[in-house]
Amino acid sequence: MQICIYPIMTYFRGVWCIMEKIIPAKERLTKSSKNRMDGELRGKILVILCAVIMISATISITIFLGTKGLQSFIKNGVSLIEFLTSTHWNPTNQASPEYGALPFIFGSFAVTFLAALIAAPLGIGAAIFMTEIAPSWGRKILQPVVELLVGIPSVVYGFIGLTVLVPFVRAHVGGLGFSLLSGMIVLSVMILPTITSIATDAMGTLPKNLREGSYALGATRWQTIRKVLIPAALPGLLTAVVLGMARAFGEALAVQMVIGNVRNLPSSILDASATLTTIITLNMGHTTYGSVENNTLWSMGLILLVMSFAFILLIRYLSSRRKL
Amino acid sequence: MKSKTADRIATGVFVAIAIIIVSILVGLFSYILVNGFKYISWDFLTTPSSNIRAGGGIRDQLFNSFYILLLTMIIAVPLGVGGGIYMAEYAKPGKLTDTIRSCIEVLASLPSIVIGMFGLLVFVNVTGWGYTILGGALALTVFNLPVIVRVSEDSIRTVPRDLKEASLALGITHWHTIKTVLLPSAFPSILTGIILAAGRVFGEAAALLFTAGLSTPRLDYANWNPFSEQSPLNIFRPAETLAVHIWSVNTQGLIPDVEAVSNGSAAVLVISVLLFNLLARWIGSIITKKITATK
Repeated sequence: MQICIYPIMTYFRGVWCIMEKIIPAKERLTKSSKNRMDGELRGKILVILCAVIMISATISITIFLGTKGLQSFIKNGVSLIEFLTSTHWNPTNQASPEYGALPFIFGSFAVTFLAALIAAPLGIGAAIFMTEIAPSWGRKILQPVVELLVGIPSVVYGFIGLTVLVPFVRAHVGGLGFSLLSGMIVLSVMILPTITSIATDAMGTLPKNLREGSYALGATRWQTIRKVLIPAALPGLLTAVVLGMARAFGEALAVQMVIGNVRNLPSSILDASATLTTIITLNMGHTTYGSVENNTLWSMGLILLVMSFAFILLIRYLSSRRKL
Repeated sequence: MKSKTADRIATGVFVAIAIIIVSILVGLFSYILVNGFKYISWDFLTTPSSNIRAGGGIRDQLFNSFYILLLTMIIAVPLGVGGGIYMAEYAKPGKLTDTIRSCIEVLASLPSIVIGMFGLLVFVNVTGWGYTILGGALALTVFNLPVIVRVSEDSIRTVPRDLKEASLALGITHWHTIKTVLLPSAFPSILTGIILAAGRVFGEAAALLFTAGLSTPRLDYANWNPFSEQSPLNIFRPAETLAVHIWSVNTQGLIPDVEAVSNGSAAVLVISVLLFNLLARWIGSIITKKITATK
């Protein structure tokens, strides 16, 4: 082991040694307690510093994006109500620019819920398969499959969606192919591993006597799953779905490649649409930094930030109910 | 009798779900690899990309991806492991620890595009650097930090208590115990976690669009001076990574061989992530075997 991990260990030691100089043995023995306490203090300061950096990163993200996102309402006088409720997005119109982001907000929510609608049953089903139906070999196969699915980068999902799914939808379902439907399918595959792995944990931590009690009453496996295990694991399963939705809500590039990016409210699932993330990715590069249109993009970023706080609060609420 | 039929139907449904998921994975991988392999050649990997003409390769993008990954890890690993040590060893239960834990949770759940926007604001505009490799690496550090902190904290917590107590009983200070007893024992699982995180960083694109940019200057690989404009090692130059490249050729679509370039790049990307995954498993199992002396 020493040989195998030696180079990397030296790297770690190197990092520590910068903070803590190496002292010759004689000196170390004669003044040991003082030097040791020095190292103790230095080490403690070092790790506290790391913790402080983490807090300050979170706080500065909130402050920077918060102030920048509010600028369009405070400085440019865009009406918050118009921004959240109007369906007309036309910032380039010189005479009367319109900043209604509702189509994108609606698109984000629609695609997230639809994706969860597909991925939740599949993910929870896979979790039940791994924990109840075939705990030995099923887990051995599905666990690595789920881990590999997590590993596929989101652009690759988007690219496959663009080259396979979009033409397929165009040819066999209808519409242009670039649609809510394509976005929903791509996203559901992307959030499937998240939901599966957390749901598996939730099912796996259920106490064994629940199952045994139910079987002892003569219940079949399906009755046990439906009447005992799913209700008992419900907060955990919901947490899994919410985490999956949080991921879907923030996903940008994969959705952007298949959803079509139009500024109208979609009237059917086959219509092209847009989400907050796709509009940000598309327009952030084109608009001038500091212009009103650019500032409204930052406001959309703020919505994403607020939503991810909301998802965390929801998860907190769910896990506080998990008292089994 | 009816409940037995229902049970059988349910079992069938669950098996079907498992088969669906496995076939999604098999389908995705075989599509990527089969379509990609025919475009991967030594030429493809070593020629620079072209903005307009066909026949471009991915040399610079591949280099940029690894370089940004390396820089990110150099920044994120010490910070993350330090944070993990703090959470596992120094943090006392209380308001402060709860706050830090919430901060990690928030960082972990932020969409990568939001981190990219934060990077654009701070590392591109406020610092005045423009699109740089360093900005990209810092944004990815923010993206990656919570993962490494969580992995290190968990690994340090799973080190048997006896080891730590034996060391403390010998009169060794807390920090020295962490350095010489806890970190080496937790090392295999920390390493596995870091490699898996590296795979995630390697495929990340949304956080890099607005921080490392969509272009790469003309690079001269013989130039090793990190301060020169043309040097690949310069950390203050814009850099398009492989994942960003796939996105940009597909959305801007100026080159005629979009299909070929993106199929090839996607295959290279997926193979790299796959290698990271296998490497993590392999190293993890080897080190665990050597440490625990089990077969």
